[in-house]
Amino acid sequence: MQTETTNRKLMWWGVNVLVLLYAFVPVVWIISLSLKDDATLNDGNYLPVSPSGDNYAAIFTNPEFLRALVNSIGICAIATFIALVFGTMAAYAIARLDFPGKATIIAVSLLISMFPQIALVTPLFKIETALGLFDTWPGLIIPYITFALPLAIYTLSAFFREIPWDLEKAAKMDGATPFQAFRQVITPLAMPGVFTTAILVFIACWNDFLFALSLTSTSAARTVPAAMSYFTGATTFEKPTGPIAAAAVVITIPLVIVVLLFQRRIVAGLTSGAVKG
Amino acid sequence: MAEIILDNVVKRYPDGALAVDNFNLDIADGEFIILVGPSGCGKSTTLNMVAGLEDITAGKLIIDGQVVNDKAPKDRDIAMVFQSYALYPHMSVGENMGFPLKLAGVDKGTIQKKVGEAAEMLELTQHLDRKPSNLSGGQRQRVAMGRAIVRQPKAFLMDEPLSNLDAKLRVQMRTQVSRIQKSLGTTTLYVTHDQTEAMTLGDRVVVMRGGIVQQVGSPAYLYAHPVNLFVAGFIGSPSMNFLPGQLRGNGMVTTALGEMELPDRCRQAVERSKSSGNVILGIRPEHFEDASLVPGDKQGATFDAPIDIVEAMGSDVFAYFLMKGEEAHSADLDDLAKDTGNDLHADGVPITARLDAASHVQRGKTARLWYDSSKVAVFDAESGNNLAPGDEDVESSSAGAHRA
Amino acid sequence: MTTTPTPAAAEQATQPVDDGSLDIARQRFTDAKKAERKLGLLLVAPAVTVMLAVAAYPILYAFWLSLNRADLRRPNDNQFIWFENYVTVLSSPIWWTAFGVTMFITIVSASLELVFGMILAVIMHRTIVGRGLVRTSALVPYSIVTVVAAFSWRFAWTEDLGYLTPSGSAPLTEFWPSIWIIILAEVWKTIPFMALLLMAGLALVPEDLLKAASMDGANAWKRFWAITVPLIKPAILVALLFRTLDAFRVFDNIYILTNGANQTSSVSMVAYSNLIRGLNLGIGSTMAVLIFITTGIIAFIFIKAFGAAAPGADQGGRK
Repeated sequence: MQTETTNRKLMWWGVNVLVLLYAFVPVVWIISLSLKDDATLNDGNYLPVSPSGDNYAAIFTNPEFLRALVNSIGICAIATFIALVFGTMAAYAIARLDFPGKATIIAVSLLISMFPQIALVTPLFKIETALGLFDTWPGLIIPYITFALPLAIYTLSAFFREIPWDLEKAAKMDGATPFQAFRQVITPLAMPGVFTTAILVFIACWNDFLFALSLTSTSAARTVPAAMSYFTGATTFEKPTGPIAAAAVVITIPLVIVVLLFQRRIVAGLTSGAVKG
Repeated sequence: MAEIILDNVVKRYPDGALAVDNFNLDIADGEFIILVGPSGCGKSTTLNMVAGLEDITAGKLIIDGQVVNDKAPKDRDIAMVFQSYALYPHMSVGENMGFPLKLAGVDKGTIQKKVGEAAEMLELTQHLDRKPSNLSGGQRQRVAMGRAIVRQPKAFLMDEPLSNLDAKLRVQMRTQVSRIQKSLGTTTLYVTHDQTEAMTLGDRVVVMRGGIVQQVGSPAYLYAHPVNLFVAGFIGSPSMNFLPGQLRGNGMVTTALGEMELPDRCRQAVERSKSSGNVILGIRPEHFEDASLVPGDKQGATFDAPIDIVEAMGSDVFAYFLMKGEEAHSADLDDLAKDTGNDLHADGVPITARLDAASHVQRGKTARLWYDSSKVAVFDAESGNNLAPGDEDVESSSAGAHRA
Repeated sequence: MTTTPTPAAAEQATQPVDDGSLDIARQRFTDAKKAERKLGLLLVAPAVTVMLAVAAYPILYAFWLSLNRADLRRPNDNQFIWFENYVTVLSSPIWWTAFGVTMFITIVSASLELVFGMILAVIMHRTIVGRGLVRTSALVPYSIVTVVAAFSWRFAWTEDLGYLTPSGSAPLTEFWPSIWIIILAEVWKTIPFMALLLMAGLALVPEDLLKAASMDGANAWKRFWAITVPLIKPAILVALLFRTLDAFRVFDNIYILTNGANQTSSVSMVAYSNLIRGLNLGIGSTMAVLIFITTGIIAFIFIKAFGAAAPGADQGGRK
């Protein structure tokens, strides 16, 4: 009996190691590339022989990259904030209130979340050029909000739905006005959900490549993923591998840390909207 | 503290569904009223209307002499205890209990004092700083009670407050609720589907079914004088035994237990009612007895019962058996069966008898049993109404206890 | 105890009511509901406005553009040409190659993701050691920017540079190796998402049911197929639908890995090339509309064939 449990544990450790390899091999590889210097870059080794910080020094003195980093952070933060404000309002209404057209709104937002973004690129390109929004922050913030809204609404309304009705009734009986009930009972309970949704929405914006590529033309609003694909090396045809790897690590690691810190909440947020159906 | 009057209160949903019809009740100051009935009988709707959580379609709700139909819950000054307790998970026990006072703008010192008093009464003092999630079921229930108590409201409304507790704790809390209510003397409206709670807690019990009040009265009165098969079957555990019977001309009735002479009060009522002749007899389990333990001169009837199961409880013996014949059927009884989820079909008339502990009935043997024919209730098979419900005017109702 | 009226009460209610209480009920309902409706509409208004303005209007505009000759390099040639663009696109071998490539990538990666996602979900759900570690690290691929992951794979498969490349070969310059690398990148990135959705489904399977099945003599394999899979079918369908539609939009990975070389373009890539590089808005919009329609057909087939309920659909649950 004893050995059987030990064996099973060993077996599961083996399986776990496979999962860890799956998750980390490509990540460690890009980190290792970013630490290789020019001499050893092409040695084909998985790990760097003599790690150096040259590539990081290079990108942090590159104004294009710094500008792109500022763009990414600013655009995603603003888009996330607005999407959360609008999303929270809409999600509360959808989860808690009865009003006409609710089903339509749910259907429309589902449709948008499944929408091929490429189908929006042309008209947005045309419209934004006409309105002078092309290659500006608002020019990216607006489509980001649109695609973040369905995600925010789904996740948040799942959170709102989990707050028992009895609590609102109890607040009413305890003498609260509707606003007091919302402010003192519902909001504190929804905060973890709002926080989780903020992370998910931010990741979605941070991840975007197509809009960043299509709706910008200079470094004025270009975000890091798009800027990375425009990095130029010594020659036009050669991609500067080291700096790209370093930039990749810079935009990845903070996000990975945040996700790992709030792992439990993110799992709950990712799955809450989807599985009920 | 106040009296509450429900005057012809009706709840009809916009889709036309009628949830509560013509509810009339005068609740005296300090009275403990139980609303009881199967799921969906309208008892919670009634409670919610009193609370102000649901609109009243028609009729008047008067609390303390004031019509409050259109007042918001917060302006009615009544407190409610929910089945789920509805404790605010982000607040400590003390904050939960003090929340209504905080909303009312009471100063901190007073809140602390009142919460402290209530906590003492409910033995929650050492838990005041804990969050509800760290409490046991019984403790949560007490916090919910505490939140209602601190406000010193005009009335308590309780919506199945004990049904989430396990059986033993429920009995304990039942006495606690009763004690608190008596010591505070606050008018209380208590909803339950548990007839034991109804019997033990209330000054008066309101039995509802399908949105309509069946009977109002003290627990003892409802037990002894149910107006119809529904009330008879709902009140009492184990429930009353029902046997179809055929009236003979001379005040005799034939059932699966043989011939029986109707008690005098019934005979007259039956004659007056011009019943078709088909009746249903109701006999409570405790009105049976082992024939060998009954003194010969006691009035009653005897019969032979093929005993199926014997449960010796120590204080009593329960004997279960099937008598040959048709099972009793009526709309009332079908409703009751639906509520308890009992859809088993017996091949005869199932009977539960509660016998003295000294009885020697044995499983699989035939036993000679006796029953007290003077305690038998007679219902009309068609309408389900009790043909001799008893002294109508004595105690049965304050207002509109029976169907109009 | 619910407030739902009993059948008996409902039955009575169907009888004609002449006491006017129904009107009163409606009146009170209206007063209370009006306020609620107003608040509800007010709260959703900003979100709906943004979604309509930035998604619905451009879609219609894209449809309009697709019926026009609209080439930014020849602005004077603009005119309404009905479905000529559609004829051009649908008779173009470039479009059909891209369509085939996209379909292949979609089907293969969605299937692989389902299989590996299920395996990962079962591991995360069942492992008896290091559960937190496994669940946490499984989120790593999810949290990495697609472009970053794509670069990682690209460098790994680049001649001389990569640890995965056999010397003397350049897989990203050939068609089939490129396709498989694209699929690898897609699958690697999205297994965790699939696994999380499936794991949430697994968590809903009552442990007692599995115990009962094993008492009835079912081995682990049998239990999985006879109990677990049927019970988590809704979760499987939702996950599969999400991922299929997502995979059909594949763009980032291809752009970074091959940039569409050697006919590895997806439909999104082809549309992008026509729009942004070719500045041919008419043709690009036509492709966009065709992609939109295909997505709709895929979703329709899923919902019709499997009866997958729309996720997040409101089941009420109030009172």
